Amino acid sequence: MKIQRHGAVLGLVAASALLLSACGSDNNAPTGGTNNTTSNAASVPVECGGKTKLNAEGSSAQKNAVDAFVQAYQAACPGVDLAYNPSGSGAGVKNFNAGQVDFGGSDSALKEGAETTDSTKRCKENPAWNLPLVFGPVAVGYKVSGVDSLVLDAKTTAAIFSGAVKKWNDPAIKALNGSATLPDKDIAVIYRSDESGTTDNFQKYLKVAGGWTKGDGKQFKGGVGEGKEKSAGVAQAVGSIDGAITYVEWSFAQDNKLSVAKIDSGAGAVELTAETAGKAIDEAKIKGEGNNLVLDLDSIYGSKAAGAYPLLLATYEIVCSKGYDADTAKAVKAFLTVAATTGQQQLADAGYVPLPKAFQDKILTAVKAIA
Amino acid sequence: MSTNLADPQRLATPPTFQKVSTSRQIKNGLATALVWGAFLIAIIPLVWVLYTVIQRGFPVILDGDWWQKSMSGLLARQQGGGAYHAIYGTLVQGLVCAVISVPIGIMIAIYLVEYGGRSKLAKSTTFMVDILTGVPSIVAALFVYTVWITTFGLGRSALAVSLALVLLMVPVIVRTTEEMLKIVPDELREASYALGIPKWKTIVKIVIPTALSGILTGIMLALARVMGETAPVLVLAAYAPFINYNLFDGPMASLPLMMVNERNNPTQAGFERIWGAAITLVVLITLFNLLATVISRALAPKTK
Amino acid sequence: MKDPVVAKRPARPGDTGAERGVAAAPHASEAPIPPTPEAPETTKAPHVRPGDRIFRGLATGSGVFIVVLIGAIGLFLILQAIPSLGLDNVNFLTSREWNTTDPTNLRFGILDLTLVTVVVAVLALLIAMPIALGIALFLTQYAPRNLARPFAYVVDLLAAVPSIVFGLWGLFVLGPVLFPFSEWLIENLGWIPLLAKGNVNVQLGGTIFTAGIVVAVMILPIITAVSREVFERTPTMHIEGAIALGATKWEVVRTTVLPFGKAGYVSASMLGLGRALGETIAVAIILSTATSSFGWSLFDGGSTFASKIALAAPEFNDARSAGAYIAAGLVLFVLTFVVNAIARSIVAGHKEYE
Repeated sequence: MKIQRHGAVLGLVAASALLLSACGSDNNAPTGGTNNTTSNAASVPVECGGKTKLNAEGSSAQKNAVDAFVQAYQAACPGVDLAYNPSGSGAGVKNFNAGQVDFGGSDSALKEGAETTDSTKRCKENPAWNLPLVFGPVAVGYKVSGVDSLVLDAKTTAAIFSGAVKKWNDPAIKALNGSATLPDKDIAVIYRSDESGTTDNFQKYLKVAGGWTKGDGKQFKGGVGEGKEKSAGVAQAVGSIDGAITYVEWSFAQDNKLSVAKIDSGAGAVELTAETAGKAIDEAKIKGEGNNLVLDLDSIYGSKAAGAYPLLLATYEIVCSKGYDADTAKAVKAFLTVAATTGQQQLADAGYVPLPKAFQDKILTAVKAIA
Repeated sequence: MSTNLADPQRLATPPTFQKVSTSRQIKNGLATALVWGAFLIAIIPLVWVLYTVIQRGFPVILDGDWWQKSMSGLLARQQGGGAYHAIYGTLVQGLVCAVISVPIGIMIAIYLVEYGGRSKLAKSTTFMVDILTGVPSIVAALFVYTVWITTFGLGRSALAVSLALVLLMVPVIVRTTEEMLKIVPDELREASYALGIPKWKTIVKIVIPTALSGILTGIMLALARVMGETAPVLVLAAYAPFINYNLFDGPMASLPLMMVNERNNPTQAGFERIWGAAITLVVLITLFNLLATVISRALAPKTK
Repeated sequence: MKDPVVAKRPARPGDTGAERGVAAAPHASEAPIPPTPEAPETTKAPHVRPGDRIFRGLATGSGVFIVVLIGAIGLFLILQAIPSLGLDNVNFLTSREWNTTDPTNLRFGILDLTLVTVVVAVLALLIAMPIALGIALFLTQYAPRNLARPFAYVVDLLAAVPSIVFGLWGLFVLGPVLFPFSEWLIENLGWIPLLAKGNVNVQLGGTIFTAGIVVAVMILPIITAVSREVFERTPTMHIEGAIALGATKWEVVRTTVLPFGKAGYVSASMLGLGRALGETIAVAIILSTATSSFGWSLFDGGSTFASKIALAAPEFNDARSAGAYIAAGLVLFVLTFVVNAIARSIVAGHKEYE
């Protein structure tokens, strides 16, 4: 009896020790992707070194992009790692200002006031810079049987998402889609039920370009439709009912085989592609000073340029211009350099838009200036 | 049972104990049908859910890498990697939770059964255990959030998750242990006292061992409940795709959190990871249940 | 990994118990003579052994701990909720609005959350209670012995399936299957307010109806497990007595098993209700949120307290906005507190079941 008991306990200890002994591994050797580097990668040498393990935290919208950057960073500088904790923009800014992480990721630039004061303090009395490194297009995804191509403008989109336009064959939609046959079907608006930067940006876009008066923020304010949890829920919902429409990150629209509406900002219908989204980034004006590359989002959303897809979610890396210790500065610079160059090449796969050349140069100049 | 022996038509015979009236028979048949029906109705969704999990998740966990690797450095779209980091997190968070909860839970149960009697404290303790039983996991998580994160300013960590889980585990342990201690015959205790053995030794050496198998089963059920809890990890932990052995600092994955996280991944790889993590969790918990059966058989002073 | 610890605690007493057995034997044989003068001595002078005192202290301390703990939960939630409640620009209890985007203009009320939470939980409980009773009776009284064990195991296994899995199952698998049925109900029985067309698309299955059914499935194993435990412990004497009196199977169950197990069944159901009220991630995944308020239809969407909190949890950055959700959590806590207190008083009214 006694032996049996000990045996049972010992067996358990042994079994669990075995399970938890260091047989786990973080090593998922990256396969492909990083080798097919193109010209602009070669032109920028990466100075590896400094701290081997960087910490960053913030927006979940750029999580997949940062994953790609980390992969490229590890390929360029063997033995380094970066932990990106996608706990939300607010947490990213808070923990960057508290000095908990080396840089923060955020869906919006630091707000003037407490946020900038705190960040200046964190950077040892140097300003923090907002570097827009990751751009994700937001698709207006829909599913209407028989309608493969749909053109919308900001005003009509705003009308749909606020319930003013209720039917697919509404004159407002018809006017934009001359030839298409639109069914007499109710429009089912689907929105994000959780708080999300996508909702925030979508509403800001509508506000700038479509006369949206419902307000912005991370909660959907349209007052119409049905909310589903996360992008996955939203995309799945649209995929399963005829007549549904939503706004969702491009990758989700693609993976759920949703049709994506073209956007007409006044110079003809623009399809969402890497090029058209890149064009919009090129059109963007910078309102920050010097290397603080704060975007004037109105210039993107309100862009009337032909061939530019204006509905983009821009996310920033928030870094110190000066004030890092030498090791950290070196590693942060190396990471951001990789992120702005080789790292960008995998972004299209992950549903983001690679930075256009001119914009990339601005970022690289800023990264170089970090000391 | 004996009901079928009676022939309801032959009412003329003088009452003997085999006579069962028609209405009683109908009631009995109806009840039997209802009970069977309830069981059959219930078994459908239960089997259905299990089938869904197995069908979608089983192929994923057959890969050896699944049990040994983390998701570190993998893009959303890339296949491969494993759930080691999340398995580790789930086990460690559950373990720490159990280390804290089991002694507390058992002591409370002992207090209630052996010491408390009908005192005011015992009554309020029972009441509070009942209340705690009903506390939803999200409230437990919010409580730890308000204490740990907003009041003490500590970061999100695996330990915070464990603390929230303690709130969920303690009442379950108290309840099962209490029930088990109650059915230990008083004769055993009295015999022990009669031999001059102190009360605490009686409890530790006579009462608990007698109830041990039941207590263990309760602990395993409680563990099963807390390991699958999603709400606390949602509020209190941040996901890390890599292995973090440090309980006190930094983001740590767990299987439920991994599933929540992979919901942000629209690709086939994400789909596989979600269901892979789901079946892994079910497998882990099944293992614990099996172990509990084995241990309680080995430890039980008398077998039923 | 957990097991060693789980096993160790109880194992230790077992080990020493064996040693004790040897030591106790001679003591026992001597017992008849010395105890007589000793026994009254110990009762007169309350000489408590230090081991006893420590052990008693530990046990009592644990009891006090849990009382303090509950108090602390309430206290901390209240403390964190008060500042935000002070900033609330609408009536917290009667408003259906929930807007915490702008921390300087918080507008949040819980009327809709309360209604949806209660309706989902009650629906789940109404479905689960009779079925769970059926399963528990089946497994303990009706099922052939060799069938009962594996089935009981399957039911227990379900308790192990994490709630997020139920959520995904409800969204992807059950929702589409329920659609024709829901549509039929709306078309034919839509004149009943509870079954009227709701404010979300039935086709997506993101209704209170779907959520209630899924939550019912989730709480089934819990209610069943506890009820089964209790039913199993019905004294054999009672059952045999009833049989001897010529009772049918049902009468045996009705007169012995049910009265004996009623308290346990009720408390098991309360356990289930607690879980249903606070069920988080499954409801968050399944239930569509709606822009119009809850209109007393099972085919409405909406948010429960828990799903509302969960959907916002990753963005808990501003203390003022977070406070709004903590206030919602506090109400949920009070709700479960009240439900449990009522259940307890029901059980306490039947002293014979204790």
